[in-house]
Amino acid sequence: MLGELFYIFIFPGFVFLINFAWIAEFIDRKIYARLQNRVGPPWFQPVADFIKLLSKEDIVPAASNPKMFKIAPLFALASAITAFFYIPLWKADALFSFNGDVIVVLYLLTLPTLAFFIGGWYSTSLYSRIGSVRSLMQLFAYEVPLFMGILSSALLADTWSLREIAVFYTSHPYVWMFNLLGFAIALVSLLGKLEKVPFDIPEAETEVVAGGFTEYSGRMLAFLRMTLDVEMIVGSALLALVFFPFGLNLHPVIGFLIFIIKILFIISLISLLRTVVARLRMDQMINFCWKYLVPLALLQLLFNLTMKGMFFR
Amino acid sequence: MRPGKMLREVLGSIFKKPATNLYPAQKLDMPDRFRGKLKFYPERCIGCKMCMRDCPTNAITINKVADNKFEAVFDLSRCIYCAQCVDSCPKKALEPTKEVELAQLDKNKLRVVFSYKESQEKPKE
Amino acid sequence: MHNSKDFKIPIGPQHPALKEPEGFSVALKGEKILGVDIRLGYNHRGIEKAAEERTYIQDIYLIERVCGICSHSHSTCFIQAVEEIAGLAVPRRALYIRTIIGELERIHSHLLWLGVAGHEIGFDTLLMYSWRDREVVMDILASITGNRVNYGMNTIGGVRRDISPEQSQEILIALDILEERTKYYIEVATQESTIIKRLSGVGILSREDVLRLDAVGPTARASGVKRDVRADDPYAAYGELEFKVITDERCDVYGRTVVRVKELMESYKIIRQALKNLPDGPIAIKAPRKIPAGEALSRYEAPRGEDVHYVRANGTEKPDRVKVRAPTLANIQAVKHMLRDRYLADMPIVIAAIDPCFSCTDRLIALKEQESATGKIISWPALHAYSLEWYKKQGIDFTALNKKLSAKGLTG
Repeated sequence: MLGELFYIFIFPGFVFLINFAWIAEFIDRKIYARLQNRVGPPWFQPVADFIKLLSKEDIVPAASNPKMFKIAPLFALASAITAFFYIPLWKADALFSFNGDVIVVLYLLTLPTLAFFIGGWYSTSLYSRIGSVRSLMQLFAYEVPLFMGILSSALLADTWSLREIAVFYTSHPYVWMFNLLGFAIALVSLLGKLEKVPFDIPEAETEVVAGGFTEYSGRMLAFLRMTLDVEMIVGSALLALVFFPFGLNLHPVIGFLIFIIKILFIISLISLLRTVVARLRMDQMINFCWKYLVPLALLQLLFNLTMKGMFFR
Repeated sequence: MRPGKMLREVLGSIFKKPATNLYPAQKLDMPDRFRGKLKFYPERCIGCKMCMRDCPTNAITINKVADNKFEAVFDLSRCIYCAQCVDSCPKKALEPTKEVELAQLDKNKLRVVFSYKESQEKPKE
Repeated sequence: MHNSKDFKIPIGPQHPALKEPEGFSVALKGEKILGVDIRLGYNHRGIEKAAEERTYIQDIYLIERVCGICSHSHSTCFIQAVEEIAGLAVPRRALYIRTIIGELERIHSHLLWLGVAGHEIGFDTLLMYSWRDREVVMDILASITGNRVNYGMNTIGGVRRDISPEQSQEILIALDILEERTKYYIEVATQESTIIKRLSGVGILSREDVLRLDAVGPTARASGVKRDVRADDPYAAYGELEFKVITDERCDVYGRTVVRVKELMESYKIIRQALKNLPDGPIAIKAPRKIPAGEALSRYEAPRGEDVHYVRANGTEKPDRVKVRAPTLANIQAVKHMLRDRYLADMPIVIAAIDPCFSCTDRLIALKEQESATGKIISWPALHAYSLEWYKKQGIDFTALNKKLSAKGLTG
């Protein structure tokens, strides 16, 4: 019992996750800056931003629905953190596990997007409404390839449980290499979930100011930003487990280091991707997802089905 | 058509020094022709007030303190640093310097007076 | 333009996409734009009127500040008009120096535009790189003229500063760097697929529309209209220099991008020629303080398009009338046309594609009383009284405060 509470609140739960989220944001911003030949922020910038936002006034628009407006950020953060407890991190075991938790984690990661929509919609600002509708529209584009990419890996392991995926890939080393195409698809879709360039359409600042976040300020904005950072960690952890499931049966310390390296690798890939492309338009983004990502994901599924039929019966 | 055209350039930047100039820590050299804060040589001034006449913002005032002795008052908050007064002056009593950091919290400090007595500097010529 | 039931979203006067305050009211249906209303005047500074209150020498610096980016364009345009009225024969060396500064300014303006365009389509990397490289030309301008913007280079009858042989070497070295970088940006703009996707087919302005709406500069040239004052009505030293007028047949934002980056290459060519043929001689002749009575219209190809200044002199030290028509004013109507049936996401880049400079464009708005059919212009005291009334109706009474302020002489 005490161990579980420690897991949830201290390590690798809440406290660790939030600190790691700050570090991840710093690394993302620093790499982004260095790739653009800039200096970039100092290491404490994300923490300083967070503390500054906490000390600011919370402004709730008079026309908004205050309950929904206030609850959305907390709901988003809570669901992103909850998803973390189902993912095996550096050993082939997680805090909670049951058959079907892959689906649960994927939907827990969808909930923040929904919360962003609700928060944006109920803040009633014009920019917020356009932004929040955009984030829902975008959801329909990236969600399918993301699910298909992740499930293709689960299919090969013949299980819907993340723990058993980990167990399977640990007992079959090098099989993860079959899923590299799936990783590429999931990574690109993850950019849509994290609302980063080229898929930062919902919060495109030159078009809709800050999209659904326009009316948020103070503590609630701090939580929303924290949600995006935590989502980045949880999303990368999920991708790291599903597509790079190695080093899970080693000594915990070495396993932990490998886990950190995997996450940072995925985060730097995200930074690199968002450096070299321009933002797409909504119609182009949906086109891209359904025309290229989904067929590629289907190809990966087909490949995995064939492999499974041939080797892992 | 190829996505990520700037990829190579971008990756090369990792090993390059950032182009950013860390301003307050690292100061830039102004070019020789820079038009900064003005300098006034009271000894050369003949009080023709051409500078006052040509100044687009009335930032400069020449006051007579005694016979053939003049002082100049600059209002740095009005000056646009065009240095037209330098061109207008027939006796080269005005000179632009390279001084740029002129911001002040106290507005009164923006008024610079070059009084006749204070200036001990001999003209360079 | 559109009825009140539509979903209307304000872009500006304060908006991240706009670098200057300007009001756009966009009627939307989903993401689709039904119509756009443009409201000018948020940044009106009354420069034309102020110019009448100042001497010609003071006006040079005032007119230079019409625009930050094309400061040399405006001051040259104004000075050309004054020199024509006064009948001054400007030394050839001065004309060449004006040309060189004008082209350096075009380089810095176009590189700036490239970065802004990148930012508008969410490509911040392009912004960072093109602005980094723009520093090269900014440094050159600073070392020749003494300032990065608002060069203060022109004076009536010539220029104020000479270009020394060392400086012309400096310029040539900088041009080599810039040329290499520009070639790279041409490659990026014509090959990076996300840029092409975002720019091509956006903001279509056909050749006929350009002629009908009188668009100028790169906006017109990208629709295949060969309209360039440098070639059509050469001023300064352009008549003696050889260059190509870049046009493009794409008629969209992508075409405008291509025209601009290719114009950079022409600018390098022009500067190299001008430096090679730089004639010897004085850089300025003495100009009279009083300009004889007369009037003149002067045209100048600013980076954003044709700039027109009209000056009327009355024989005194001060001009009788100065009229500025900045290129953005000619292009702003085209924006409205270009946005028809486009998406909201295209709005920032379509506006940016004309390289707008709203402060230059802004002019006086005459407020008319709503009810009267003929339209009566409201005077300042009447407007002041009306605003007090209006706020009183909203439940805020400014009368006491207003009395306090007018006692101190702070109002009206």
